[in-house]
Amino acid sequence: MTETAVDITCNRKFRLTMFCGVILLLFSVSVAISVGAVSVPLHVVWGVLINKIAPDTALQTWSVGRESIVWEIRFPRALLASFVGAGLGIVGASLQAVTRNPLADPHLLGISSGGAFGAILALLHTGMFLGLLTVPLFAFLGALGATLLVLAVSRFASATSADRLILAGVAVSFIVMSLANILIFLGDPRATHIVVFWMLGGLGLAQWSQLLYPLSVLVICGAWLWVNAPNLNAMTIGDETATTLGIPVARFRLMIFVTGALITGVMVAFSGIIGFVGLMVPHIVRMLIGGDYMRVLPASALFGAIYLLWSDIIARTIMAPEDMPIGIVTGLIGGAFFVWLLRQRNT
Amino acid sequence: MKPAGLIAEDISWAPRKNLPKLLHPVSFEVKPGQVLGVVGPNGAGKSTLLRMIYRYQAPTSGRVLVGGEDIWAGPPRAAARKVAAVLQEQPGAFGLSVREVVTLGRTPHRLGYSTPGAADAEIVNNALDRMELRHIEFRDLGNLSGGERQRVMVARALAQQPQLLVMDEPTNHLDIRHQLEILSLIQSLGLTIVVSLHDLNMAAEICDAVLMLQDGHCRGFGAPEDVLSEAQVSQTFRVNAWREVLSRSNTEHLSFHLPD
Repeated sequence: MTETAVDITCNRKFRLTMFCGVILLLFSVSVAISVGAVSVPLHVVWGVLINKIAPDTALQTWSVGRESIVWEIRFPRALLASFVGAGLGIVGASLQAVTRNPLADPHLLGISSGGAFGAILALLHTGMFLGLLTVPLFAFLGALGATLLVLAVSRFASATSADRLILAGVAVSFIVMSLANILIFLGDPRATHIVVFWMLGGLGLAQWSQLLYPLSVLVICGAWLWVNAPNLNAMTIGDETATTLGIPVARFRLMIFVTGALITGVMVAFSGIIGFVGLMVPHIVRMLIGGDYMRVLPASALFGAIYLLWSDIIARTIMAPEDMPIGIVTGLIGGAFFVWLLRQRNT
Repeated sequence: MKPAGLIAEDISWAPRKNLPKLLHPVSFEVKPGQVLGVVGPNGAGKSTLLRMIYRYQAPTSGRVLVGGEDIWAGPPRAAARKVAAVLQEQPGAFGLSVREVVTLGRTPHRLGYSTPGAADAEIVNNALDRMELRHIEFRDLGNLSGGERQRVMVARALAQQPQLLVMDEPTNHLDIRHQLEILSLIQSLGLTIVVSLHDLNMAAEICDAVLMLQDGHCRGFGAPEDVLSEAQVSQTFRVNAWREVLSRSNTEHLSFHLPD
């Protein structure tokens, strides 16, 4: 009897965490819309949102200018922050399982650099010959290319074991970043300010018309990862043990890497490189609700979204009215977290 | 869980087609419910041999038959329902609980993407009870002692309901008490077991048959008292081995001495 009792407590803890997370997410979105160069009171934020969903429900006490700030600029930005944060969170969690390294992160494995390389190539050299989709598509191809390069390098160096895969990722990350720098060097110097945006990350380009791409990638890939949660659990024990459980380890790892590249590539295309989200969020989630990927994945998505919303709030307020690139904020917080983690592991 | 027999037919392994073999063709048979010990110095090919049996490295030649069927002929999942392995891999710090790790044993029995049901929970409970892990089933695996963790890994293998269990150096890094516990466990499971061991006296005590390897060659296969002879052990391990009788327990014991 006791074990079922504990089991229920375990589930209850998860549900409670997710419930609080959803409340916190709604609150964070509201705050993210409210703060900025022009401060909009929370009741106005909710009024605008309610009226957009069900017209004429709330009494309009605000100006048209305020409404367009809330609806046209800040709401899509908050949604993009949520999607990118959720996406990077689940990619980090999944990569950590298949590399069996709790420090794996799309940034550390060179996937983000590949995405930035693709985006820079499109922005500075090829032009938008495929229309608006050029940059996201190139970012994805760049991320995928970097991923395949990591896998090829690990094969070439006979370093297919999980821990050496990380080293292969770091090596590829350096190479791809250098190639991206060559592209910047060869490109039109007047256009390099656009590139700085991709390198440092920012959510300022969010538009309603483009939100569908990150959302659909997040939903489809997230669902696929979630049905594979039991296999991700098995991968954390080790390659050989996972094999004896009937999992085709090499193929499964490749599929996770490609899925990770797809999510990261699309997110990088709309937000630039935002590091350390995938490293930090799953860690905190595991401390809260344990290590089962059935729970870790949805919780990483939720808390990744909340984390990036608050990072964006900090980025927009700390040097207001200037927007600080969000990658600087996540880099500072992530780096400090890394140091704290090292200390935790020693004690 | 009905134990199945194991037959290895001329299995050999090389890293690549044209490279020299690390394990030369070896054949042996283990009857259902028997324990086979694999012994030999470091680099003899013990792990290589075991990897072909738990379907991790495909044999360059030969067949591995479990219950009469070639485990390399079918899909990995089919083999995983028959052969479980307790390996030396240390799980990463991912916060999985003891119960969650043991439940992983049900993976090859899952239908499609279904999650474990009540029947699986019952099997997991039995495995936990058998390994006396019930009181710590919700503890984080990362916070357990080496002996407890090894028991969790055995429980996970039992939850897999295999017909054959492969164990790679199960007593490594354990203190004496936990070593003895694992050994008495191996004897009590009633499964067909292939186990690699460093300690020859342990092998003599718990195994029905012993396979001795050296530099990828089989140096003997048969009853422990035949294979673990003074001459054989001395030659294979490059030591002087003496078979002595312990005065207190009146049992035979191998002692080892560096040659002059």
